[in-house]
Amino acid sequence: MSTVDTRRVYKQADYKSDIKPIWCPGCGDYHVLMSFARAFAQLGLPPEDIVVVSGIGCSSRIPAYTNCYGFHGVHGRSLAIAAGLKVTRPDLTVVVASGDGDGYSIGGNHFLHACRRNVDMTYVVMDNRIYGMTKGQPSPTTEPEFDTALSPGGTHLRPFHPLVIALASGANFIARCFSGEPNETAAVLVEAIQHPGFSFVEILSPCVTFRPDEKAWKDLVHPAPVTPTTDPGKAARRIMTDDGFNLGILYRGNREPFQPAVGAANVDLSELEKDFEL
Amino acid sequence: MSKIAGSPKVANLNDLLAVAYQIEIDAVERYNLLADQMETHNNPELVKVFRDLARAEGIHGEEIRRLAGDFDVVAHARQIAKIERSESPEEAELDSAHYLMTPWHALQLSLAGEKRALAYFTSIVETAKDPKVKDMAAELVEEETEHVNLVHRLLRRYPQPSESWAEDLDPPASQE
Repeated sequence: MSTVDTRRVYKQADYKSDIKPIWCPGCGDYHVLMSFARAFAQLGLPPEDIVVVSGIGCSSRIPAYTNCYGFHGVHGRSLAIAAGLKVTRPDLTVVVASGDGDGYSIGGNHFLHACRRNVDMTYVVMDNRIYGMTKGQPSPTTEPEFDTALSPGGTHLRPFHPLVIALASGANFIARCFSGEPNETAAVLVEAIQHPGFSFVEILSPCVTFRPDEKAWKDLVHPAPVTPTTDPGKAARRIMTDDGFNLGILYRGNREPFQPAVGAANVDLSELEKDFEL
Repeated sequence: MSKIAGSPKVANLNDLLAVAYQIEIDAVERYNLLADQMETHNNPELVKVFRDLARAEGIHGEEIRRLAGDFDVVAHARQIAKIERSESPEEAELDSAHYLMTPWHALQLSLAGEKRALAYFTSIVETAKDPKVKDMAAELVEEETEHVNLVHRLLRRYPQPSESWAEDLDPPASQE
């Protein structure tokens, strides 16, 4: 007996909301939003089965611009929210969006422990090496000599190396992408979402307003001339010695995702409320 | 990276029409996105330019639909006309947008897109084996050549702005 395939075919437009982004024209985050929609469409996931969680910052506006479930959380806490969501609703696809300030500074500790915990979700950090929303302060990935009125003479601080930190902390999938290559980014996101465990995707996403020099990134990025490795030692050498513009999947681990047994909540909320009565 | 890297395989006339249609529709979406950005950033002159460009590309898309006759070019485009790598040839480059850009800049983006489309269809004329595909691609080359000339004519109305076009007297923050 033949069966009729009733699965709906989703288009990119199905994942975009009616809200118009307020990012600066030329911002790399427009391309990232496009890559999200392309990846979701390629995976054929119903929008209502995806949750996009974020913290604070330009990049963290992305849940509002998608037609999926969204949670715009507090600064740096997106991973904690997402991990809680995923362990209680493992049937949902959880994608977390962050920036270099939200993700590596305010949320730096959550980043380490999310990698270590290895919950099955995808963490996308749009790295523009600046706090854009708050007008251009240096972030953890800003170059030491970046000299502006807000950081006279530069910070002289060694930049944070997110991919190395992710690998050392236990992330199960590590990739670097460039916003200006939305199709390639979408393809990596598809693999990141499909890979079990905690997937970390750093997307170099230029800030045209506070870092116009980052326009040059499109001439600096290049595909990583290697195939993804499952050997963390090999991956560490690659990541620590590359030029920071190597694009592609750089590590694909095989750790079991963390998924504790979580039963249905059996709590009478009115009873719980009594504990908080003043 | 080439704008036509990973472009779909054109095996017959229907494939070519589908790809040509999709290229125009991708351009419509991109110009509308840019118009939206300019609306948000209060640059009404550019909103109009990008909406006009979107409308023009939409008309080109409709012309291709008419050329396809009874064949459902829209459905076929959805199935096969996906550029696997990079972006659709005629899409304006998003990263070249700026909140203070002028019509000259918008037309430069448009010109680059038309030239990429022209190069794409020229490559099909040069490599196609099916005479029907070759003939239709040659027609599309003529069409795109006319679009390139049209943008050149429009550019006469908008001279290149001075080098200080991006100077903002009330900048987002001091970046001395």
